Amino acid sequence: MGKLSRFIFTTLVLFILWLFLTSTFKSQEVLIGLIFSAIIALFAYNSFTEQGLKNLSPKKVFCAFLYLPYFFWQMIKANFDVAYRVLHPKMPISPGIVHVKTKMKTDLGKLVVANSITLTPGTLTLDVIGDDMLIHWIHVKTTDVEKASEEIPGVFEKCLKEFLE
Amino acid sequence: MILNVIGWFLIYFGAVFLFLGALGIVRFPDVYNRLQAGTKCTTLGAFSAIIGVGILHPAWLAKTFIIALFILLTNPISSHALGRASYRSGVKLWEKSVVDKCKEFAECVEERNE
Repeated sequence: MGKLSRFIFTTLVLFILWLFLTSTFKSQEVLIGLIFSAIIALFAYNSFTEQGLKNLSPKKVFCAFLYLPYFFWQMIKANFDVAYRVLHPKMPISPGIVHVKTKMKTDLGKLVVANSITLTPGTLTLDVIGDDMLIHWIHVKTTDVEKASEEIPGVFEKCLKEFLE
Repeated sequence: MILNVIGWFLIYFGAVFLFLGALGIVRFPDVYNRLQAGTKCTTLGAFSAIIGVGILHPAWLAKTFIIALFILLTNPISSHALGRASYRSGVKLWEKSVVDKCKEFAECVEERNE
């Protein structure tokens, strides 16, 4: 990707962060924020993004907006799940570590999938080795690699593949 | 008025889940199960409490969104690091655990045997 597009994308993200943090639209503050975002982006764009402005294509933004509500719904479900297991007198857990395969290719994709897995019902990512993920499951339903891959990261990957890769 | 109600509702909702998370840490049998309770409940608990404060004081809303976003990003990573480190340094699973696929991976166990 072009260096310019990566630089502009980094500046944009930093500038939006600045606007949120100061929460003001006074011209002085906005101008200073823009200048400093550009200076920081100059040093940081290399490690900050690989895709640059491509990240803002309408399709990706649309997919991100679809993904967020689904993710929040899963997170709330996960909390009620934990609450149920904690409050139940007999504690209905049968924990174990299962192995699943991820289809994501990029580092960012793997990071987002691993984080989503951690915040969804009953699962916690312990380790990521290449394409293999080791997941602690609080209530193991299947130990088969393919079935578990279908069960845990499957739903997220369908959605995430669109906007991250 | 209605914003007040929503804000307080979110704060109490968060507080309840933070409490349940703490209870989970006490009740669950081993490190990994405790991490599960610790991660999920503290993430949603802190998230909704912070957003609730933002709704009560609309001037802070943008800032609270940023704080909540960073909690959402960093909390799972820290718990992943804790879980990984404890597995590699030899913390055992609960004796009633069903399966341990981690043993099959050389990367997981190499530091254990040393």
